Order: sequence, then structure tokens, then C-alpha cells
Amino acid sequence: MPTARRLADVPAALQVEGLVKRYGAHTALHGVDLQVDSGELVGLLGPNGAGKSTLTKIACGLVRPTQGRATVAGHAAGSTQARTSQGYLAELFRFPGWATADEVMLLHQRLAGSTQGAAERADLLALVGLDDARGRRVEAMSKGMQQRLGIAQALVGEPRLLLLDEPTSALDPAGRRTVRDLLVEVQRRGVAVLLNTHLLSEVELVCDRVVIIDHGRVVTAGRPDELVRPRGVEVETAGGRRIVAGAGRADAPRIVAELVAAGEQVYGVQVLSSTLEDVYLDAVGDSEAVRTGGAA
Amino acid sequence: MSALFAGARVVAAHALRESLRRRVFVVVLGLTLAFGALYAWGVNELFQDVDEFGGSRFLDAKTLAGATILGLAMFGTLFLGVVLAVFLTLNAVRGDAERGLLQPMVVRPLGRGAYLLGRWAAAATVSGTYVVVVFLGGVVLTKLVGGYAPDRIVTPALELAGAVALISALALLGSIVLGTTANGIGVLMVFGAGLLVGLLGSIGDALGSGTLTDVANVASWALPFEGLYRDALFQLVADASSRGGVTGALVQLGPLGGSHDNPALFPVFCVAYAAVVGAVALLAFRRRDL
Ligand SMILES: Nc1ncnc2c1ncn2[C@@H]1O[C@H](COP(=O)(O)OP(=O)(O)OP(=O)(O)O)[C@@H](O)[C@H]1O
Ligand SMILES: [Mg+2]
Repeated sequence: MPTARRLADVPAALQVEGLVKRYGAHTALHGVDLQVDSGELVGLLGPNGAGKSTLTKIACGLVRPTQGRATVAGHAAGSTQARTSQGYLAELFRFPGWATADEVMLLHQRLAGSTQGAAERADLLALVGLDDARGRRVEAMSKGMQQRLGIAQALVGEPRLLLLDEPTSALDPAGRRTVRDLLVEVQRRGVAVLLNTHLLSEVELVCDRVVIIDHGRVVTAGRPDELVRPRGVEVETAGGRRIVAGAGRADAPRIVAELVAAGEQVYGVQVLSSTLEDVYLDAVGDSEAVRTGGAA
Repeated sequence: MSALFAGARVVAAHALRESLRRRVFVVVLGLTLAFGALYAWGVNELFQDVDEFGGSRFLDAKTLAGATILGLAMFGTLFLGVVLAVFLTLNAVRGDAERGLLQPMVVRPLGRGAYLLGRWAAAATVSGTYVVVVFLGGVVLTKLVGGYAPDRIVTPALELAGAVALISALALLGSIVLGTTANGIGVLMVFGAGLLVGLLGSIGDALGSGTLTDVANVASWALPFEGLYRDALFQLVADASSRGGVTGALVQLGPLGGSHDNPALFPVFCVAYAAVVGAVALLAFRRRDL
């Protein structure tokens, strides 16, 4: 009697081990390990030049690693089987200006060997809010519309893994909201996503896990709620506000009780926790400061 | 294998649609019609002069004039075909990668081999069809206006198509290592150099200089589009030159590049040459980070 495959038998959507990439004398990746499980949405964060795009390009077979290996759904990155399982939106991409949205989608259906026809094209264009622009030519689209078309294109052929390199860089707040909702929907459909972005709020809202890389190394990884740490308890008394460092939510009643016992009037209490931004700046702080120092 | 061809067909169809939408064919058609009109006028003038001159017992002026002007038309046709082939392929890899057009396509299952094959097939089909049609147009005009018909028609037409297909392959290879402008300049210069060496060869033939002839023959093998073109020139007058005499000797010199017949296995060599260019291109493309 056939048994259901155990979860452990299903290869990760993306598995990266000891990835090193050198461009001439410059090392862009210094041995990166990373895993995106089936249906998982992982946010890849890091300052400019950290190696995020390089990692994504190796995952989709555009760039050859110097050392280490990457597999997509168990197949070597760049192999035909891996490419069948993936959808990719590049950081810098362009579709032919003369083609309409529908033609771009049709081309990618043919390239991906998708047999889902017009229904898939209509579904995906609706998913990114381009249902009214099916017949519009790319050259007549705003950058944000092109980016949404790019996301729809990446979803052609029901990929298991979606590699998105800054998919919201050209989008207005409403457009970003559309993409966030879309990512949730994509995840609901069981697609794993590696989302490369600079927008921490985006990551905080939708990602299951966050990986922060800097100078080609993973510096922090974990679930957003695990990464944020208590930063003390702030109390407001007649003497002003003060922060009891190192304290957490559990300590709040005791702190208040002690203050009251000492005869102080307590007007407010707030448990402070770090935001993802704090976590990010802690992780890459030094290099970020160095890089922005000159411009400031 | 069938996946390779299926992928290549998608890429080729896309490239052809692009040419259509970008009105490449409209421009080419317009300019070609202008070229045809000028040619018809030139043939008309030429043959009026020839009829007045009338030729002599030793010189068949009509054959000489016809072969020369048709040879010139063939040069023009090849040149236009080469320009078309080069412009359809010069940015296929690096140029398109720099603009971000290539990446979305090659991350798809079709693969880099199918991409190259598709781009080459599109360019070779368009430029090959173009040179065949224009050459045949030239033949018909020459016959109608001047009353001259070349000794062979099908072989030179196929040789011209082969020459532009080879140029497409070279431009595609160039597009992997060179940016758009450098590649376009490079391929057109290689083409020009090939023709120049062919011309030197015919001068060598005339002067009896073995060295010049050798240089031209080596160039025919190194740049076989040149060999194909020279053989196509030869085919126009294959019978006239074998009859010998003054006419035979003169037509054999040929215009621009000099006619020269190739060994029987030359077409096979050309196919092998294209295959090697394709294999080198694929290797280079596979190694390239995009
Ligand atoms: N083709 C290349 N040749 C040489 N160096 C490169 C190349 N591509 C990237 N690099 C270098 O590799 C490093 C990582 O670049 P990458 O594009 O992966 O950074 P990133 O994290 O995506 O940055 P950003 O947030 O600016 O997009 C950088 O130092 C960059 O200069
Ligand atoms: Mg990047």
C-alpha cells in the first residue's frame, strides 16, 4: 500500500550550500547557506552590494557559482528540471516594448511549456491587477505596471519556487499592497518564494522567515517574531519617563508594584521591543554606517 | 532533441514577430524596391551601349556586360543580406542581456542552446529568403531589360543564402563576447575584409601571382561566406568561362571579389564550419554570467 510521502522526503524548494561567487578578484558571496522550504516565504535582506541579486541569479541559473551548490526542488540550479520548477523576476528586466501584456504572457507560456492557455493568462493578470491592461503594449505601460506584469510572468507555468528580486521597487503604496496580497495568495497556492527586498515593512508583514546577508555572508536568520528582542520596559512617573533596560513583558507588573511601593505615581507603562529595522541595523549596522557616512 | 527544436521555434517566432512589429521588413522592402529600380535603369543603359558597340568576333559583349552587371547586383544583394543578418543578430546575447530582455527568456526551461538556435534560425531564414528573392529579381530584370541570362541560377542563389546564414552565425557568436556596436562593426569589417581578399585573389589570378591567389584561397576556407560568394560569381558564367577565349577569360575575372570555383566538398565544409561556430557560441554562452 503506498504511503503518503513524508515531509522530510520532499526536497526543499531552494537549497543553497556553501555558495561562493567570485567576480575576478572581488568575492560577492563567501559561503552562503540558505534553505527555502516548500510553500515558505523567505525574505532576503541586506545592504546594497551584499550579494542578494548574485544569490538569486545563481539560484535561477543565470550566474555560475565559483564553489558550493544550489538546488531547486532537488535539481541542480540551472538544469532543465530546475528551470521548469521556477519563476523569476529580475531586478533589472525589460519586456519588448512592442508586445502587449497578453503577448508577453503567451510568450512565457510557450517558453515554459504551459498548456493552461488563456485562462492562466487572465488569472495571473487579474492577480496583479492588470486585467484591464491585457491589450496594452509594454512601451505604453508605467514602470509599476511593467513590474506587475513581470510578477505575473514569473508565475506562468505554476512554478514551485518564485525568485523575486526587488519586485516592488517601482510600485506606489497601493501597488505594494497589491503585491503583498498577491504574495499571500501565491503562498496559499503552495508556491515557495524567495523575496529580495529593501522594504522591511513588507518582509515583516508577509515573510515566514528572514535572512539578512552582508558582504556576501549570512549575518542573521530567523522568523521575524523570533528576531525582534525585548528592549526593556518604559515607565512614566511624576519624575518623567525612564526605561528599565533588560526587562520584558513578564517583569512589568513587578516593576510597577515596586514603584508604587516606593511611593511613586505611575502614569503609564510600555513594553518595548525592537523592530525588524533595529534587528537589521544591528546586523549590518557597521557597514551601513560606513557606506552612508560619506553621503550624509 | 525535440525539446531543443521546440524551444528554438518559439524563440525564432518571437524574433520574427519582433522584426515584423518593428517594421524592419517595411524598411527593407522599400529600400530593396528602390535598389531594383536603379538596377533596372542601369541595365537598360548598359545594354543600349552594348548594342551600339555590337561586340566582335572575339568578344561576346552581351555576355560580358550581363555577367558583370549581374555580378555587381549579386554583390549588392549579398551586402544588403549581410546587413540584415547582422542587424538581426548583433545584440542577441550581450546587447539583450544589458537591456534585461534576455534573462526572463533564458531562465525558462528551453535553455541557452535553444535560444541561440532560434535566434540564428530567424536571422538565417529572413536574410536567406531575402537574398534569394532579390537575386532572382535581379536575374529576371536582367533578362527582361537586357536579354541576358546567367549560366546557373539555383546554385548561386543557394550559395548567397548560405553566405548570409554563415554571417548570422558569426554575428551571433560575436554577440556573446562583444557589445552591440563593437559586434556590428566587427562582423561587417570581417565581411569587408573577406571580400577584399577575394578581390586580391582575382588580381592575383590576372597577374599570375601565386601568393595573392593563395591568400585568397586561404581566406575562402577561413571565411567561407567569401568562398560561397566567389563560387556564386563563377556559377553565373560557368559555361562561358569553360568555352574560354577572350570572353571566357574576362568573365572569369568577375566584378568585386573575382569568381572562383570551389571544390565539390565546399558546401559540406560550410555546414561543418557553421556547426563549429555554433558549438563555440554555445560553450561561450554557457559560461557567461548574465
Ligand atoms: N557581473 C559582475 N561583475 C563584477 N562584480 C559584480 C557583478 N555583479 C555583481 N558584482 C558585485 O558583487 C557584489 C554583490 O552584488 P549584488 O548585485 O548581488 O548585490 P545586491 O545585494 O543585489 O545589491 P543591491 O541591493 O544594490 O541590488 C557587489 O559588490 C557587486 O559590485
Ligand atoms: Mg540586487
